[in-house]
Amino acid sequence: MGKVVDFAEKKSGDFGEKTIATTEKAGGFLTDVADFFIFLTNIANDTFSRGFEFKEFFRQCFQIGNKSLPLVTITGTIMGLVLTIQSRPVLVQFGAVTMLPGMVAISLIREMGPVITALICAGKIGSGMGAELGSMKVTEQIESMEVSATSPMKFLVVTRVWAATLMIPILIIYADAVGIMGSWAGANIKGDVSFVLYFSQAFSHVDFMDFLPAVIKSFFFGAVIGIVGCYKGYNAGRGTESVGKAANSAVVLASLLVIIVDMIAVQITDMLT
Amino acid sequence: MDKDIVIEIDNLKKKFGDQEVLKNMSLKLFNGENLVVLGKSGSGKSVLIKCIVRLLNYDEGTINVFGKDIRLLNKKELAEVRQKIGFLFQSGALYDSMTVKENLEFPLIRIKKNLTQKERNEKINEVLENVGLADALNKMPSQLSGGMRKRISLARTIVVDPMIMLYDEPTTGLDPVTSDEISVLINDVQKKYKTSSIIITHDIECARATANRIIMLQNGETFKEGKLEEFEKSDDKIIKSFFKS
Ligand SMILES: Nc1ncnc2c1ncn2[C@@H]1O[C@H](COP(=O)(O)OP(=O)(O)OP(=O)(O)O)[C@@H](O)[C@H]1O
Ligand SMILES: [Mg+2]
Repeated sequence: MGKVVDFAEKKSGDFGEKTIATTEKAGGFLTDVADFFIFLTNIANDTFSRGFEFKEFFRQCFQIGNKSLPLVTITGTIMGLVLTIQSRPVLVQFGAVTMLPGMVAISLIREMGPVITALICAGKIGSGMGAELGSMKVTEQIESMEVSATSPMKFLVVTRVWAATLMIPILIIYADAVGIMGSWAGANIKGDVSFVLYFSQAFSHVDFMDFLPAVIKSFFFGAVIGIVGCYKGYNAGRGTESVGKAANSAVVLASLLVIIVDMIAVQITDMLT
Repeated sequence: MDKDIVIEIDNLKKKFGDQEVLKNMSLKLFNGENLVVLGKSGSGKSVLIKCIVRLLNYDEGTINVFGKDIRLLNKKELAEVRQKIGFLFQSGALYDSMTVKENLEFPLIRIKKNLTQKERNEKINEVLENVGLADALNKMPSQLSGGMRKRISLARTIVVDPMIMLYDEPTTGLDPVTSDEISVLINDVQKKYKTSSIIITHDIECARATANRIIMLQNGETFKEGKLEEFEKSDDKIIKSFFKS
């Protein structure tokens, strides 16, 4: 009898502990979300309060552009090239090979360019910010700024978030451009096409409403990458291993959010047109 | 309120989760003195001085800096108080992405707003000479040795002429010669700039060289407070293990 009661107690104890652990986890998630929103409000507040750090902002813009340019060039070109080579046989089957430049341009500008470039940037820039701010946190540099009566939020976070918001759309437009060049190269493999002709063919199918939503969502991609990278870095724990964790989770979360934002953007565009 | 007291801490309590780091900590820092805080690793010394500049929030008790309860200050007032306090971090906390010069300029531009570029450069050269590293001006922190980093961060802290200095283990991890140099520097700063300082350390040589008064922390409380000689003469086992050499 005693044994049964013991057993029952033990089991219910287990159960109780598990429930507590689960609710704590859920609570942890909720506090994380709350933290994130507080972080967002702080960014908004600090952006419009006095003393924007222009010098650091421009430095960050340069860094983001400079660091990602080679990567974006390569992926952009290959994207256009591969897309062209892959679509060609299908279009030939339908006798619509003249549509090739236009189709490639549209899919690049609407979807492939923004999303793939944003994902590349999430890897490159998001992780860079996570690691940099994370290591600044761990080595007390952020605290040191705070006691120098400088807001690290303003100096480190606001500048990086706005730099990413501004630079990533530029990188995306650039990726679209080199993508179309890659596509021209791909078309050139099977017969000579002049670049000017190819370009004008491509753009005759693209109208403003292909371009505008893509550009708008690019700004959101940029903001998401900047905010997540900074958030993860800024809230890194103590000890060096949290730097790696911050960088890693910045990439994962930023990439995920890029895809989610893309989905929302597509829905909205679809509704409006 | 006594005019000579610059920092007054009363019954400070600080917990992390259920770990009680500071239980009942009180101390006074008088104007112009060097107060050494001794205590073994993990006894909450860094936590204590981080509470003073409100890098950490504490649970109970009061901290008065220049007669103001720092818990009641708003953002702007807190910034003003922080500008008068120099904080030397245990790890140095030099900004990795900036040169030594930019590191020193950073607080200077933000705290001493009305200096011209020329005055700033002069000031920077002056403090770098004080710490004996005038030629490191354009180096990156990654190019410096541990001792050099400590000295540069000391330079960065004193460049804005703080009225209070908080040193978190200024000599830990340094060779005896460099340690002595740092101790001399700490005394120089005290004399030259008339600062009041809290020096956290478990390096007894540094304590001997710089202390006007000593407080020993044990289990989150003040264990003993007094002059250097009282500690040297003490029969207590824990104190003896600090002062044996
Ligand atoms: N931000 C924090 N979060 C959680 N625990 C902390 C935090 N800061 C300090 N602690 C804990 O508080 C205790 C005291 O830490 P503190 O850094 O003050 O020690 P210390 O006296 O400075 O030691 P040392 O001489 O090694 O620097 C440690 O057990 C540490 O784990
Ligand atoms: Mg410490």
